[in-house]
Amino acid sequence: MNLSVPPAIEAVGLVKRFGDATAVDGVSLTVPTGSVYGVLGPNGAGKTTTVRMLATLLRPDGGQARVFGHDVVREPTAVRSLVGVTGQYASVDEDLTATENLMIFSRLLGLSRSDARRKSAELLEEFDLVEAATKPLKNFSGGMRRRLDLAASLIAHPPLLFLDEPTTGLDPRTRAQMWETIRRLVAEGSTVLLTTQYLDEADQLADRIAVIDRGKVIADGTADELKASVGMSALQLKLVDKTRVEQTRSLLAESLGVEVAITPEAGRLTAPLTDPSVTPELLIRLREHGIAVDEITVSKPSLDEVFLTITGHGTDESDSAAAESDTERSVA
Amino acid sequence: MTTATLVPDTRSTHPGPPPAARSISLSETVAQSITMAHRGLIKLKHNPEQLFDVVIQPLIFTVMFTYIFGGAISGDVKSYLPIIIPGILVQTVITASIVTGTQLREDMDKGVFDRFKSLPIARISPLAGALLSDMVRYFIATTITFAMGLAMGYRPGGGVIGVVTAGLLVMVCAFAISWIFALMGVLMNKASSVQGISMLILFPLTFMSNAFVPSHTMPGWMQAFVNVNPVSHLVTAVRDLANDGHFGIQVVWALLGAAIIVAVMAPLTVRTYMRKT
Repeated sequence: MNLSVPPAIEAVGLVKRFGDATAVDGVSLTVPTGSVYGVLGPNGAGKTTTVRMLATLLRPDGGQARVFGHDVVREPTAVRSLVGVTGQYASVDEDLTATENLMIFSRLLGLSRSDARRKSAELLEEFDLVEAATKPLKNFSGGMRRRLDLAASLIAHPPLLFLDEPTTGLDPRTRAQMWETIRRLVAEGSTVLLTTQYLDEADQLADRIAVIDRGKVIADGTADELKASVGMSALQLKLVDKTRVEQTRSLLAESLGVEVAITPEAGRLTAPLTDPSVTPELLIRLREHGIAVDEITVSKPSLDEVFLTITGHGTDESDSAAAESDTERSVA
Repeated sequence: MTTATLVPDTRSTHPGPPPAARSISLSETVAQSITMAHRGLIKLKHNPEQLFDVVIQPLIFTVMFTYIFGGAISGDVKSYLPIIIPGILVQTVITASIVTGTQLREDMDKGVFDRFKSLPIARISPLAGALLSDMVRYFIATTITFAMGLAMGYRPGGGVIGVVTAGLLVMVCAFAISWIFALMGVLMNKASSVQGISMLILFPLTFMSNAFVPSHTMPGWMQAFVNVNPVSHLVTAVRDLANDGHFGIQVVWALLGAAIIVAVMAPLTVRTYMRKT
């Protein structure tokens, strides 16, 4: 690898304040060219604000950031010519049709009329929007808007793409389509910075993940490293016959080789699970001993648990977080 | 047109950093502003109800003011028409330019302005484009006002050339004045406050002028203002052109005033717009 090539993103100590609230409090990131970097955090953690600063949409109050070696404050035009931004709130023109949107953006990027027309047609085809090409966006579904938004970001083949919560609020099928599209872009060589609230999404798409909370990066590593730091899945059992809790406990402890916790009143047992695929065998063993199970759940660590483990507090959606995300929008 | 802003799709084979645009030339700025103006026209095509005010207002105001003031000021309607039609024209078109500021504010609150900001385009182009496409509104208002006047018996002595030149002058000046309201649009947080403040500016400017009533009937202190009011100069210039076909010093004053407004307000508006990001 050529060491003289600057990383796609190099941010050091970025700070952004809105009034008294500090939305981003010293975020540092390095995103190597050609990788997918996930920024994971709850609502209001400062993800959108960070992306907006890196994309020259907000001026940082402190710190520095470079995109392919270009300073985001001093060389905004250079940065803008290298990035595509797809926001959480689709940034396309509601009053125009899909084709008109793509034509206008293409023309603004300096394409000739015929090139713009060809490019628009190509992108509509690629993003499965041909049927809706001449309809005003007002009649579009959320998923279609998001796809058009992404298509608009790709007109100039930007080497760096910011995808700010690209699947928040989408139904599972549309989310899967969006993931496919993102994978294809990466395969074609784009560098992607992706923000998400979903551990699963970061896990699926990102090479490296930064966990961000209350404006600070609190953990940084590959998906596996992050998961290892969080712990494993948990098995929860509820028995029909509460008197057999103790017997079940020793059976599970013996089979899994771990401590099993009991909530005696409810007849519930909880055990950490390194490999969830052993669950069927456990159930078979319980049946062999004639123990009837009323309820069973195997759950992966949720984002809540990630946060609880790393920060010592939950995702805190209600109070400060919501207030901050309001600020972000009104300033935007 | 250059394609310097396009990054060639060669990053997998090229080890170096991708080439970046350095600056935006004047010709690119103009092209981008025209594209943004085109966007404004497409929006009007999809929402023709936005032209309601520039169609209805000239119809109502021309009839109303002419018949209310005609007898009192000039003795009869026919001899009042050469005074009032240029006055109504200027007032209507300047009022139409307020909407530019309000709509700009509403537009800027939409997500699409984020994309405009993230594109490597001149910062002035989304603003200039919006203002340019509103020239269509001024054209409609101008045409309807003159048509109403003609229907009511107005026979402009300047002929076709005089009337067309007068119409163009009003449109150019309204474009210049719309930069004032664009600044309001960029400064204020709500479209309704833009509307309110702009009305406060507009009313004294249009009524404390010679647009409806000869200024010598007013008290001295007010005449002092009326005589320096740029709206008075514009109204006089329009009367000179439309009624006499005379291209006089007032036309020069009106154009000079328009140029000064753009020279001051456009950079101020763009700077405010950039600072707000």
